[in-house]
Amino acid sequence: MIFLDNLINGLSLGSIYAIIALGYTMVYGIAKMLNFAHGDVIMIGAYVAFCGLQYWGLPPVLAIAVSMIACTVLGVTIEGLAYRPLRQAASLAVLITAIGMSYLLQNTALMIWGANPKSFPTTFINSVSIRLGRLNISIATLITIFANIVIMVSLTLFTAKTKMGKAMRCVSEDRGAAELMGINVNRTISVTFAIGSALAAIAGVLLCSSYPILQPTTGSMPGIKAFTAAVFGGIGSIPGAMLGGVLLGVIEIFGKAYISTELGDAIVFAVLIVVLLVKPTGLLGRPIREKV
Amino acid sequence: MKKIIALALAFMMIWSVCTAVAEDVITLKIAHIGPTTGAAALYGLATLHGAEIAVQEINEAGGKYRIELINEDDEHNVEKVINAYNAALDAGAQMILGTTTSKPCEAAGALGYTDRVFFLTPSASSTAVIEDKDNVFQICFTDPNQGRASAQYIADHQLGTKIAVIYNNADVYSTGIRDTFVEEAAAKNLEIVSESTFTDETTDFTVQVADAQNAGAEIVFLPMYYTPASMILKTAADKAYAPIFFGVDGMDGILSVEGFDTSLAEGVMLLTPFVATSKDEKVVSFVNKYQAAYNEIPIQFAADAYDGIYILVQAAEKAGITSDMSPEEACDLLIAAIQEITVDGITGSMTWDESGAVTKTPLAATIVNGEYVFED
Repeated sequence: MIFLDNLINGLSLGSIYAIIALGYTMVYGIAKMLNFAHGDVIMIGAYVAFCGLQYWGLPPVLAIAVSMIACTVLGVTIEGLAYRPLRQAASLAVLITAIGMSYLLQNTALMIWGANPKSFPTTFINSVSIRLGRLNISIATLITIFANIVIMVSLTLFTAKTKMGKAMRCVSEDRGAAELMGINVNRTISVTFAIGSALAAIAGVLLCSSYPILQPTTGSMPGIKAFTAAVFGGIGSIPGAMLGGVLLGVIEIFGKAYISTELGDAIVFAVLIVVLLVKPTGLLGRPIREKV
Repeated sequence: MKKIIALALAFMMIWSVCTAVAEDVITLKIAHIGPTTGAAALYGLATLHGAEIAVQEINEAGGKYRIELINEDDEHNVEKVINAYNAALDAGAQMILGTTTSKPCEAAGALGYTDRVFFLTPSASSTAVIEDKDNVFQICFTDPNQGRASAQYIADHQLGTKIAVIYNNADVYSTGIRDTFVEEAAAKNLEIVSESTFTDETTDFTVQVADAQNAGAEIVFLPMYYTPASMILKTAADKAYAPIFFGVDGMDGILSVEGFDTSLAEGVMLLTPFVATSKDEKVVSFVNKYQAAYNEIPIQFAADAYDGIYILVQAAEKAGITSDMSPEEACDLLIAAIQEITVDGITGSMTWDESGAVTKTPLAATIVNGEYVFED
C-alpha cells in the first residue's frame, strides 16, 4: 500500500516536472537556447492565478485562463526584447541573458507581491480526495496527471499535424534552410515561446495546488529539476521531456521513501549523471552525428 | 571600525546638542534588527511593531527615559545582518534589540562580542546565539528548552504515546529542538515511531507525511517555521491523516499567511508563552494598541519585542546608562544589570543568568476556529 502511495505521489510530482520540462525542451529544440527564465515564468503565472482567485474573486477556470494569457504575453515579450536581438550572438551570451532575465523576474515579483510567502488557495480542487481502501488520492494529484497526458498528446499532435507544427520541426532541423524555404523563423520561435509560457502558467497553478507556498523563488528549484528532466529524457524531444519528468518525480519520491529523505535530490542528480554517461543524448534524444 | 565609531560619536554629539532639551531626561538609542523583508518578514515586522508599541508607550508616559528606535533590515540573511549591524551602530545605537532570527543573530552577536555591544534578542532561540558570548541575552526560550518542554507537555497531558518527528536538518533551530525532544521523549516513555527530515528547498512532503501515517503516529511533532509546516498540514489533509500536530514558537504566524486555509491548522498545538486572546490586563492593553496601529493580532514575536524594550529600559536604569554613553561603555554595565533584575512582562515573569538564557514558564495553546486558545 505504501508502495502504491509513493508511486502516485511520484507520478504527481513527475507530471509537474514534465509539464515544466516541456517548456524547456520546446524552446531548446526550436530556438536552440536554454531559457533559464522558464521557472520564473511559472512563478509569475502562479502569482497571477493567486491574484485572480484571492483578490479579484475569479472562478478557478477564469483565473487559470487569465494567468495563461498573462504568461503568454510575458513569454513573447521576453523573447522579443531579450532573446531576439541576440539571435546571431554566441550561445553563451543568450544563456547569460536568460539567467539575467530569471533574476529580473524574481525581483520584479518581490517588488510587486512582497517577500511574505502566500498560501495558494487550493480549496477549489482539494476539497475531495478519493479513497481506495487505505489509499487516499487527492483530486489535485489526479488533475495533475490527467493534465499532463492531455498536454502531451495535444502537443505531439500539434507538432505532427499542423502547419505551424511542421514549421517548428523545420526550424528545429535546420534554421537556415527553413528560412530559405520561406518559413518565418522569428514568428515560429515567438509561437514556441507563447506555447511554452502558456504551459508554464498551467504548471504554476498545478505546482502551487500540490505545494501551496508561493514566494518569488517558488519557480527556481522546480525549474532546475525540470531542466534536469528535459536533459534526462533527451532535450529537444517532447516525449522525452514527458518521460524524463515522470521518471525524475518517481525516482525522487522513491529515493526519499526507501533510501534517505536527506539524499532525495542527490539521488536524482546521480541518476542523471549515470544516464548521461551511458546515453549522452538522454533517454529519447536523437544521436548527434559528428561531421568529420 | 574606529572610523565608524568616531563618526557615530560625532553624529551623536551633534544630535545631542540639537536635542538637548532637559538635563534629566535620558534618551536611549535602541536599534531593532530583524527581517522586515524576505522569507521571514512576518517575524521581523512583528518584533519591530511590538517594539514600536512599547517605545510609543514609554515616550508618551514622559518618565525619565525617552527612546529613539532605529530599525535595520537583515532579510534573515547572515551576510546582510552584518551591514544592518554596522548601519545601526553608525546611526548611534547604544544597544540592540535583536536580531529576530537565530542564524543572523549568531553572526551579529559574535561581532557584537568583539566590538562590545549589548544584544537582547526577542526571538532568536538557538543555543548558538548565546553560546560563548557574554553580551547576548534572550527573551524567548532556547531551542533545547522548547523541545524538552514539548515532550514534557505531551507526556503530562497524555496526548498520545506514538510520535512522529519531521524536522529540517539544514537548520540549527529545527535540529536543536528535535535533539532535546527525542531525548526527553525517551525519558518519558514516549515512542518515536517515525522520524524524517527535509531541507530548506523541500516543497514535497508526501514521503514524510506518508511515513508518519503508516507508522500510526498519534502526534506529529513539527519543530520548524510556519512555511514548511503549512505544506505539511496541507499534505496531511490531502491524505485524510489527522493526528495532533504539535509545533513550537516557529509555528506562530501560520494563521497570518495570506491565502492560508486556516481550517487546515484547526487543532494544531504549540508551545508559546504568549496568547493574544488572554484576559490578562497588560496583554489586553497591548493587543488593543497593536490592533489599532497595525490592524492585525500580534503574534508571540511581537509580544517578546514589546517586553524587550521594557527589559532594556529596566536594565538601563539599573545600570545607570546615560544618553551619551557609547555602546562599548554600556555593554558591560548592561550585562551586569540584566542578571539582577526581574521583569514582569506580557510573556511572563523573567530572570536571566550569565549564560544569557531566560527563565520563564511555557504554556501550550491550541488553534480553535482560527485563534489561539490556552489549554489551561
